[in-house]
Amino acid sequence: MSDPLEVSRRESSVLRISVRTAAIMLAFTVIFTALMAGTYKLTEPLVTASALEEKLRLIGEVLPSALHDNDLMKDAIDLPPQAALGLDVDTRIWRARKAGVPVALVMEAAARDGYSGRIAMILAVSADGHLLALRVTSHKETPGLGDYIDPKKDRNKTRPWITQFNGLGFDGVPREKWRVKKDGGHFDQMSGATISARAVTNASGRALAWATENRDKLFALPANGRFEQQGANP
Amino acid sequence: MSAYKDIAWNGLWKQNSILAQLLGLCPLLAVSTTFVNAVSLGLATILVMMLANFAISALRALIPYEIRIPVFILIIAALVTVVDLAFNAFLHDLYLVLGIFIPLIVTNCIVLARVEAFAAKNGLRASTLDGLMMGIGFVCVIALLGAVRELVGQGTVLAGIEMIFPTLSGIQVLPDNYPGFLVAILPPGAFFVLGLLIAGRNWIEARTNQRRLEKRLHDHPPSATAASA
Repeated sequence: MSDPLEVSRRESSVLRISVRTAAIMLAFTVIFTALMAGTYKLTEPLVTASALEEKLRLIGEVLPSALHDNDLMKDAIDLPPQAALGLDVDTRIWRARKAGVPVALVMEAAARDGYSGRIAMILAVSADGHLLALRVTSHKETPGLGDYIDPKKDRNKTRPWITQFNGLGFDGVPREKWRVKKDGGHFDQMSGATISARAVTNASGRALAWATENRDKLFALPANGRFEQQGANP
Repeated sequence: MSAYKDIAWNGLWKQNSILAQLLGLCPLLAVSTTFVNAVSLGLATILVMMLANFAISALRALIPYEIRIPVFILIIAALVTVVDLAFNAFLHDLYLVLGIFIPLIVTNCIVLARVEAFAAKNGLRASTLDGLMMGIGFVCVIALLGAVRELVGQGTVLAGIEMIFPTLSGIQVLPDNYPGFLVAILPPGAFFVLGLLIAGRNWIEARTNQRRLEKRLHDHPPSATAASA
């Protein structure tokens, strides 16, 4: 039963099977990783092109192209993470000018206090401190309930909720009134889904205040420069 | 030929991935808030299930039994990534609609279940058909679930169809002042509707069995009944 020769033979066969299966697992991993890497390399240029096109389309939605005559992609600066904008990664700010005169800043911002997860948005702030327009670019709010912050999902097609910010500044709506009505502010919300509206409203107010405060520095930077003032990490 | 018919019948009804096996509940509950979302996820799932079943049936002789599960997961995850990238690059408009659903498919254990239970033991053609039929069975149930939740929850039919066909738009069937029924849209609503669907399937099955039994009794009355009469 406990023949030492038998035991050692059994052990060596276990070892052989382990090595064999490990080698096969490794081979599968290498082959399928190569497959994924190959597909990634093959599709990367097309994916980057569509992402850029998507970004241009979004910028076009918040900033009418008639307002500026410069190439936004060339007149952009890098922005380190800014707590005031809810951003924890590097982003770009695009600067619109007409005949060299500053017109507007297009920037990204995010709200971290939505109903579920981060609400990312893009907004254009005019050089005289008005919020030209605001769009939600990605969110995970409840479908059919909080998702009216995205005009594509808003059931009010003639005047989507998000358009009520268009053209407003702190001269029309004071800073302390830049809230939803439920919090004693100026902006409407849909009953039953206040949290989504409150998150977007407060984030847009913070972004507008930040842009107004820093606009001279932002416009003065050379193209492709970096705005060095790093906000505290949110 | 009858073997293929069995595969189809199993996928659509008898072994239906959701109603009979209760697999893949995570994407099912998360995405079935509207009919359009549900069908979109379902179509992406069919594609991945067919590919996964095909690939694993083709490679089944090379996969050692002891490490089959990690290899299956590796292959499924790689296929989903490739499908995701290919959609993004070559079918970008469709990707904007389906894109968020494709990574969710990895979390769908029905893919792994079919690979393990069927593709690892059967030929290429049967395995691909099994993936297709299980996928169709999944789409039918998730579409029904989505339609019911959408109607009860927000009173619309086909909301969001404009994301796929820009010329069409969803229809508000219930009156405009319908307040909506929040529970139907949130995950508990999915459990309620799914429970009703499973109860419905069990009822139909039970009634069919009952009919079959009665027919058999009618055709061949047991001798005991005859003796007591």
